[in-house]
Amino acid sequence: MEALIDLLQKNARLSTREMSERLGKTESEIESALAALIADRTILGFHAVVDPDRVEKTGVSALIEVKLTPEREGGFDRFAQRIAKFDQVTSCYLMSGGYDLTVIVEGDDLREVARFVSDKLSTIDGVVSTATHFQLKVYKQSGFIAADSSTSERLPVTP
Amino acid sequence: MKPLQNRIADVVKNVPRSGIRDFFELVQGRDDVISLGVGEPDFSAPWHIREAAIYSLEKGQTSYTSNLGLMSLRECIVDYVRDQFAVSYDAGTEVLVTVGVSEALDLVCRALLNPGDEVIYHEPCYVSYNPSIAMAHGVAVSIQTRVEDDFELKAADVEAAITEKSKILLLNFPTNPTGAVEPLSELEKIAELAVKHDLIVVTDEIYSELMYSGDSGMERGKHVSIASLPGMRERTVLLHGFSKAFAMTGFRLGYACAPSVLTEAMMKIHQYSMLCAPIMSQMAAIEALKNGANEMEKMRRAYAQRRNLMLKRFGEMGVPCFAPGGAFYMFPDIRKFGLTSQEFSLRLLEEENVAVVPGNAFGEAGEGCVRACYATAYDQLEIALDRIEAFVGRLQAN
Repeated sequence: MEALIDLLQKNARLSTREMSERLGKTESEIESALAALIADRTILGFHAVVDPDRVEKTGVSALIEVKLTPEREGGFDRFAQRIAKFDQVTSCYLMSGGYDLTVIVEGDDLREVARFVSDKLSTIDGVVSTATHFQLKVYKQSGFIAADSSTSERLPVTP
Repeated sequence: MKPLQNRIADVVKNVPRSGIRDFFELVQGRDDVISLGVGEPDFSAPWHIREAAIYSLEKGQTSYTSNLGLMSLRECIVDYVRDQFAVSYDAGTEVLVTVGVSEALDLVCRALLNPGDEVIYHEPCYVSYNPSIAMAHGVAVSIQTRVEDDFELKAADVEAAITEKSKILLLNFPTNPTGAVEPLSELEKIAELAVKHDLIVVTDEIYSELMYSGDSGMERGKHVSIASLPGMRERTVLLHGFSKAFAMTGFRLGYACAPSVLTEAMMKIHQYSMLCAPIMSQMAAIEALKNGANEMEKMRRAYAQRRNLMLKRFGEMGVPCFAPGGAFYMFPDIRKFGLTSQEFSLRLLEEENVAVVPGNAFGEAGEGCVRACYATAYDQLEIALDRIEAFVGRLQAN
């Protein structure tokens, strides 16, 4: 199971046959393991990792540090879940350290993200403060180095 | 003036040309070849290791080191060997850092052999064993391991090879080119023989991290070093290095662990021929030993996946191939096609542009097999296997 997750995290486009070859399992074993991982929400979804600098449509992405006042019952969970449900929010994490939530937001332009922060995020009860950082350039995303074109020459036959 | 070829020392003249070198020249210059003929990882050394080498250069560490190697590296080696091999050595006197295991092997042969002393080793084997023994004026005594035994070394064969002149028993498990792993029961018998006949055991364990066991080979198999068996530490030279498990072939770094009398003798040669291993490689090696375990395991898992693919595809093609317990080689048996390993490899190269190494390049016992290395990107392996399938399909049709 762990090996299957490992494989999918690197390349979710492998066919069942390819996964069975790599892991030395039958195709039906792979299919049932995969179905179980999806059913119990171990696997939340699949997506392509895209270098935003190479697509025509330009959007903006921002990392927002959010400070919250926790509630007596439930701590940060209710506020965090409320924030996470907004469509603009692509990721949301509870953090240790100087602030409480990291919220990653994507929008068409700077103004859209600014509006989301001022109208939606900062008006939520419990939000004490926000600090918005806009992303300027992607060097590495989800384990993939952007624009990496280095090659190295190996000799074709060595002992 | 006498012809220059007459000036070459007999011992060098008598070393035959490497079969690998012949094959290399055939492969080079061809386009679109997928090579399964390599003997090194396809990964670059992990970035944190490369970065450590760069940092050491930035700090201006460009000097010689102690002949034995940096003390801080030797201390890391001692810790690593104790954890991985269950043998303890003294960092001050029992570890010698060398320019790859190849240098360490040359040193141990030159340090121990008098003319006529016999070295017993098992074939098929790494190409340098026989020449290293010969160039140290030793007598190479080969034991032929067999495809029927999955290329395990039988203690009875070792015993039969022992004579009055036997001095060294040279072992390599997991084995290049076969990927064979020695079962513990047989290794114990061999250790008893070494004690009984007072042999020095030189054990090249360069592939010891790359072991496959458990469910579909995805688990890391447990490696047992002969040095850890009773009575062996005091008569064993353990050779290891960074090339395979840490993907650091070009750093050229290995080491020997042995009782101080032996490392001292090896160091006498090393100090005059090599002086020391390059300091930037040594700095990189410290980083590898301290922080390299995770990246190494990732690479091992990638090899395990490719090994599964190779096993499945060779099975489907009807090419007999045992499941190797270690390294990153398959050693399929091609005798049923009625070709020698040279003919098979040549025709596969000419007809399908896939390079494998003929088994006889690794000694007579390798005849009838070819070495196919799976340290190649997965998608390339798939294409190579498709081509091999087409090739053996034609051979079978005839």
